[in-house]
Amino acid sequence: MSKRVIFCEGLGKQFRIGKREINKTLRDVLADAMAAPLRALKTRFSANGFPGMQTETIWALKDVSFDIHDGEVIGIIGRNGAGKSTLLKILSRISEPTEGRIGIHGRVGSLLEVGTGFHPELTGRENIFLNGAILGMRRAEIIRKFDEIVEFAGIAKFLDTPVKFYSSGMYMRLAFAVAAHLEPEILIVDEVLSVGDAQFQKKCLGKMGEVAQSGRTVIFVSHNMAAVERLCSKVIVLENGQLVGNGQPRAMISNYLREGSGEIYVARSRTGHPQFLSAKICDVNGNPMAEPVCTEPFLVRLHFVLPEDAPGTRLGIGILSADGLPLFTSNTLDVDMEAPTKAGEYEADVLVPANCLLADTFHLAMCLWNDSEVLDLQEPAFSFSVDPGGSHLYQLDSQRKGFVHIDCGWQVRKLGTVRGASAG
Amino acid sequence: MQNNDLAADSPDSENDAPFLLIEPAKGWVSLKLGELWAYRELLYFLTWRDIKVRYKQTALGAAWAIIQPLFTMLVFSVFFGRLAGISSGDIPYPIFSFAALVPWTFFANGLSQSSSSLVGNSNLITKIYFPRLVIPISTVLAGVIDFALSFGVLLLMMGYYRIVPTMNVVWLPFFLLLALVTALGVGLWLSALNVQYRDVRYVVPFITQFWMLATPIAYPSTLLSEPWRTVYGINPMVGVIEGFRWALLGSQTKPGLMVLVSTAVSLLLLIGGAFYFKRMEKKFADIV
Repeated sequence: MSKRVIFCEGLGKQFRIGKREINKTLRDVLADAMAAPLRALKTRFSANGFPGMQTETIWALKDVSFDIHDGEVIGIIGRNGAGKSTLLKILSRISEPTEGRIGIHGRVGSLLEVGTGFHPELTGRENIFLNGAILGMRRAEIIRKFDEIVEFAGIAKFLDTPVKFYSSGMYMRLAFAVAAHLEPEILIVDEVLSVGDAQFQKKCLGKMGEVAQSGRTVIFVSHNMAAVERLCSKVIVLENGQLVGNGQPRAMISNYLREGSGEIYVARSRTGHPQFLSAKICDVNGNPMAEPVCTEPFLVRLHFVLPEDAPGTRLGIGILSADGLPLFTSNTLDVDMEAPTKAGEYEADVLVPANCLLADTFHLAMCLWNDSEVLDLQEPAFSFSVDPGGSHLYQLDSQRKGFVHIDCGWQVRKLGTVRGASAG
Repeated sequence: MQNNDLAADSPDSENDAPFLLIEPAKGWVSLKLGELWAYRELLYFLTWRDIKVRYKQTALGAAWAIIQPLFTMLVFSVFFGRLAGISSGDIPYPIFSFAALVPWTFFANGLSQSSSSLVGNSNLITKIYFPRLVIPISTVLAGVIDFALSFGVLLLMMGYYRIVPTMNVVWLPFFLLLALVTALGVGLWLSALNVQYRDVRYVVPFITQFWMLATPIAYPSTLLSEPWRTVYGINPMVGVIEGFRWALLGSQTKPGLMVLVSTAVSLLLLIGGAFYFKRMEKKFADIV
């Protein structure tokens, strides 16, 4: 039996709700103290209370226990806010647990972001050393791997240029190259693969595969189900801060994707931030339905709220294949439409044309964002099946390849007769 | 200690890989100086980074390290030395004040930069683990370069005024260290507070201003008679400034007991600051 390298027992992490308000000024605290001296005093001297704030708390993680053995590649999946990042932060010792404990045998390297600590004014060469040191490499180790890193990043020509003059692609390549040469016994990776272009992502995944095969223990969080299934030997599923699944990747992923579906998404709670409240599939008249039919157009009806004015808001959906591959996305910008920006509750209908999705299972993803941040991303929100419904597309073959149908034009011309063939 | 009782229930305790236990800290935490030592290379690189980027994209570059104390000295010489006629003993007033301004500038910059250092490095704090003490320490250390530059100017001025330092000059590194420890001690308190209360940003300019007035930079500490001069040493910068003048310029005001008081206060600030910092450290990533 392989060695147990990580154990996690009854892990819990409590956050105060409204932690964005923490950077209060002393004036606020004083003003609060004037208004309600007793309450302010009480919170001030309560164990962890922040003065002048409600001490309402949420558990970002609760009662999470698992073991990880030597050489396992663990994927952590779950919806947004399920506690994946919090778990990684506790494993990386960035954040302290509120309860429970974790034991780790071996040197841990964590990669929660590509290019942590890169300084724009420093040159590529200087940043390799700085970033390497921040990631926990020894100076001698960096010197030894320096040429390899430069080659992997392919930036030899710009080594002595400040990185602020780099293109974003070069920047990402250099940052990833440094990180990829980290050789800890246990590697913790957050969704670093979701940035950069397709080629970059492919390179990252390739490197991850290499690391996984080298027998090191890897823990990684991803929304990319295909990658998780390919790379991981075990998958942990988190939901609402609790561990709801731990086992074989294929089973866990299909469970996870199926679970919480029911062709409808309902937000668990109102967070006070812009968010989706619900989403469902309807026919073109707006009547909810379970399974759209291939030959009929259908609506994706999104219900969302902007608690306050949110200028620059955009709204989009994406359709993912059963194993999590994005097939296409659509958003308000595509049709030059202004998404709502004033405070309020809204309903949006997205028309998916007929003969577009083939008969299969799909996942719906939806996103509210603006130029600077993602406001709410549900990926996947729920899954649904499309019924072939007597589509002519299935006349020949009930198992069509692919996921979507595109109406292509066809022309066939006769170029000549073939000798010897009987002229019918 | 915790490692041992844990090793008992863990079947793989015999392997020599480092073992780490993560659990909620209770009560007062240890300073973990051994861990700080293990991260000395990171300390080196962060200090090096701070030095490298300090004067990037400035027209005058490192000249700023000299301009600041030099112009203050000129202003002091005109207003306090000439107009107010403050006595600087047998030392010319410009060098009397400059010998104080060089360590003072090092201290004041170290204090203000370290107090904003954690917030300024929040991207590191929320993404990677390392002993957070590294950040304010590296910030204060980076100021040593500025100190060296303005100290060079001080030496030039001493040449101009033909002042030859006495043998006491061997004590100079000690006084520099005292200034560093004081800046770091206060910086630790303020940087940890700044994570939670951004008021610190507005308080720091006041602190340095008041502190400067309370320190014998424009005037000699001999304005006070004993035993009050010794009591004055409660302000650690008094010991630093008088020490600098004594070691470099051979001023007759022997610091003596006053320096002991200053050193004691400075160490208290540092130790208290380090413990407060460590205690707050676990929350940094969650609230910064």
